[in-house]
Amino acid sequence: MSDSVKTKVIAIIAEQAMLDITEVSLDASLDDLGVDSLGLVEAVFAIEEEFDVQVPFNANETENADFDISTVKSMIAAVEKLVAEA
Amino acid sequence: MVKRVVITGQGAISSLGLNADATLSGMREGRLGISDLEFRDVERLSIRIGGQIKNFDAQSHFTRQQISLFDRFTQFAVLAAAEAIAQSGLEFTPELSEKSGVILGTSGGGLQTQDDNFRLVYQEGKNRVHPFIVPRLMNNAAASHVSMIYNLTGPTFTVATACASSNHAMGQAFHMIRAGMTDVMLTGGSESMLCFGGIKAWEGLRVMSKDACRPFSADRNGMVQGEGAAVFVFEEFEHAKARGANILAEVVGFAMSSDASDIVMPNKDGAKRAISGALRDAGLNVDDIGYINAHGTGTTANDKTECQAVNEIFGDHAKNLRMSSTKSMHGHLIGGTGAVELLACIMALREGVIAPTVSHRVSDPDCQMNVVPNVAQQAKITATLSNAFAFGGLNAVIALRAAP
Repeated sequence: MSDSVKTKVIAIIAEQAMLDITEVSLDASLDDLGVDSLGLVEAVFAIEEEFDVQVPFNANETENADFDISTVKSMIAAVEKLVAEA
Repeated sequence: MVKRVVITGQGAISSLGLNADATLSGMREGRLGISDLEFRDVERLSIRIGGQIKNFDAQSHFTRQQISLFDRFTQFAVLAAAEAIAQSGLEFTPELSEKSGVILGTSGGGLQTQDDNFRLVYQEGKNRVHPFIVPRLMNNAAASHVSMIYNLTGPTFTVATACASSNHAMGQAFHMIRAGMTDVMLTGGSESMLCFGGIKAWEGLRVMSKDACRPFSADRNGMVQGEGAAVFVFEEFEHAKARGANILAEVVGFAMSSDASDIVMPNKDGAKRAISGALRDAGLNVDDIGYINAHGTGTTANDKTECQAVNEIFGDHAKNLRMSSTKSMHGHLIGGTGAVELLACIMALREGVIAPTVSHRVSDPDCQMNVVPNVAQQAKITATLSNAFAFGGLNAVIALRAAP
């Protein structure tokens, strides 16, 4: 995990969750952090803006194979992959 | 005294066809009206499909002066209104004109006009726009032009409640005639949001499908937009009977509710209150209803909520019901959608043909009802409901019965 991607993704999630970055644990799900569906869509947008990538996320697909949103850790990994491919 | 309200004319234009009959043929055949979008800058979108009306030539229907004042959503409404009035056979005498009005739904109004002209001034740096941009883009332009063309001088306005706009509009028209305020109302809705800015905004919500609208199918992945209009002639029953009008159906109930909970997520209780309210208003029992035209957007959130709401209200009768989403064929017309979908309800009552939910592939455990997958079904139907559940949590449900 590169520190810069990790730090930035955590900061984006923390902002949506209205939490301090120290309160966002890697194993937490968005649900655990209190991020609702609108918060998730805003977080995806913020990630796209921050890293200049296209996130393949569709709110209707419960299992987004290309962008795993199950935990903070999985989201960081997915963003790292996108950044590497960009 | 409470009046009865009947439908004596219908007109439409959609990606299934350029008039009501052609649109209904498409629904009967289960035809797919969704195709690749064609407009400027479409290559900059990630969503590139829609129920776009191709082969439509505005110049063959309207004069140059009309086009300078008619956004595409107005063009659609004016054509649908002309068809509906022609079918009704109504002649608007000065007395009748005063007792006649127009209530239309739209969400985006003249969005094409806005998109084109914002592009001119922001992107192309022009400092001058056509003088009629404001009267062309305003949401009430369609209703006003229909009123002017037919000299309908009674209550006329536009309703904008996102995806429920048309149902709210038709509900108001129904109430006015029922209350004795008017004898005839032109009502329905119109939308034309298929332009770069219109789709770009929707993309952001992450609820749009890139390949198909598959309501009630377990492999659904979102909604697909459409465009077009439908307009109906609602008429006071005695007035219609006295002139020997051909009655297509009777409007018997309407109810609306607000979820008061979330700006985009649907809410089962709000939907239930609108559905049961429409049944109560119509004096119908649950087992009178044979067909429901679903809101059925093909989003996970809508389909699950709508099926739960219907199952909880209809109980054992839910398994006898047919519920389909014609959005699978013509796309989601947003502010015009309830109007085009009312055509399917009228067809069910008049012909016993239930329009299908096309592009359906996989049965969904959350939607265990007869969703009329892919192929139209035959059934004798005496009463129907049409659901609309809008962003903003605004719900509007209309009940129709077969012509008296």
